Amino acid sequence: MVHIVDGALSTEVVATGAVLGIAAVAYGLKRMDIETMPRVAVLSAVFFVASLVHVPIGPSSVHLILNGLTGLMLGWAAFPALLIALLLQAVFFGFGGLTVLGINTVNIALPGVLVWLAFGFMLNRVDGKWLWGIGFAAGSLAIALTSVFVGISLALSGQEFIPAAKLVFIAHVPVMVVEGVLTAAALVLIKKVRPALLSPMQVAGSPA
Amino acid sequence: MSDKRTVLQTHDISGLAGRFDPRMRLLATFCFAIAAVGFSSWQPLLVMIGLAVAIKSTSRPNWPRTLRMVMTMDGFIIVMLLMLPFSYPGTPLFTIFGFVASYEGFLRAILIALKANAVIFMVLALLGSLDAVTLGRALESLRIPNKLVQLFLFTVRYIDVLHREYLRLRLAMRARAFKLRSNMHTWRTIGYLFGMLLVRSYDRSERILAAMKCRGYDGRLHLGAMPALQARDVGFAVMMAFILGTIIWMEFLWPPLL
Repeated sequence: MVHIVDGALSTEVVATGAVLGIAAVAYGLKRMDIETMPRVAVLSAVFFVASLVHVPIGPSSVHLILNGLTGLMLGWAAFPALLIALLLQAVFFGFGGLTVLGINTVNIALPGVLVWLAFGFMLNRVDGKWLWGIGFAAGSLAIALTSVFVGISLALSGQEFIPAAKLVFIAHVPVMVVEGVLTAAALVLIKKVRPALLSPMQVAGSPA
Repeated sequence: MSDKRTVLQTHDISGLAGRFDPRMRLLATFCFAIAAVGFSSWQPLLVMIGLAVAIKSTSRPNWPRTLRMVMTMDGFIIVMLLMLPFSYPGTPLFTIFGFVASYEGFLRAILIALKANAVIFMVLALLGSLDAVTLGRALESLRIPNKLVQLFLFTVRYIDVLHREYLRLRLAMRARAFKLRSNMHTWRTIGYLFGMLLVRSYDRSERILAAMKCRGYDGRLHLGAMPALQARDVGFAVMMAFILGTIIWMEFLWPPLL
């Protein structure tokens, strides 16, 4: 439900989303250099693969978004990476939409970048329980912000969408838990196996 | 693992749309999408869906698969659409458990569903048979920045590689009797799986970069120009413009739904 489809939002919201999206993607691209191009591409492919994975939760299942982890690993480059993932989903799977690419990119990538700005600098300083905590906070906060942004996009398009917007948030509470645990576990593993990956220098969107 | 299919592959033959220049198809899809979300009568949207289905059927598509894709998208929005009649003020249509469904909200939900489906069908019809590399080159010739196109092409390449890696890791987990369940252990393990995938793909990206630098990569990917437009591509563009014009004229002909 994080993919808003074509036709639901008002023209103003779609246009604002497009403008914000283009600006942020351009900034993300600007912060990528020769060295980071393959890294961003490979990581954006990982996140695309993640979106194909369904994880069971209760009687249902959720497909992963992992935008918190994307932000933490890519910084500002999360914008172009997620735009491409969304474009591929729209063209090859029919998910989401075409005119809403801009607003969807902002709704999914911006929380990732915000989480990175808030927690990114701590990753190489903490360990163990603290890393679990920060990872959980980052992963679940990114999903919470995304569902809030989706809700705001809907609510700004019309009063009648407000119940749906509330439902989007409630429906995402379990997703927040799953993504929080997943993000934390992924960070703990990376920290153990290749700690250098989490140092700020390595984040693709922030060249040293 | 013997399955050589890639994630981003359609099995449809190229059909009618495949005979024309991808740039024109991209532009046409974009124009149709913009028009579709702006419409407020249902007739032009239905005509557009009909047109898209007609184009799509020339590529002898795998209909169950195509319809499944469309249904997945509809599944995403169905809840929102079902709520609309109850949250939209207007003339009461019917009542369930004391909640009043309004006539206007009902129409609004139908309109959104039609718009979303019109765009999806158009995308599937005009771009569905396009392979990702051609799509990337067409994007570049439509003035999308080279860096973004590079990222697009690399991502397309590595999605397949990493999906295989993912399946291999999952196979290794299955060999150790791991089963997806709804519990903490599953979520943590899948988290480790993606952590591992990230570490491995990071290493892979270092090797890719070294190999590319070795071949003189300087930050630009030289894709070469797309073939020049043929007469039939111009014909396609004119035809699409005419059809779109007609559909837009229909929008003015019929009164808005609400």
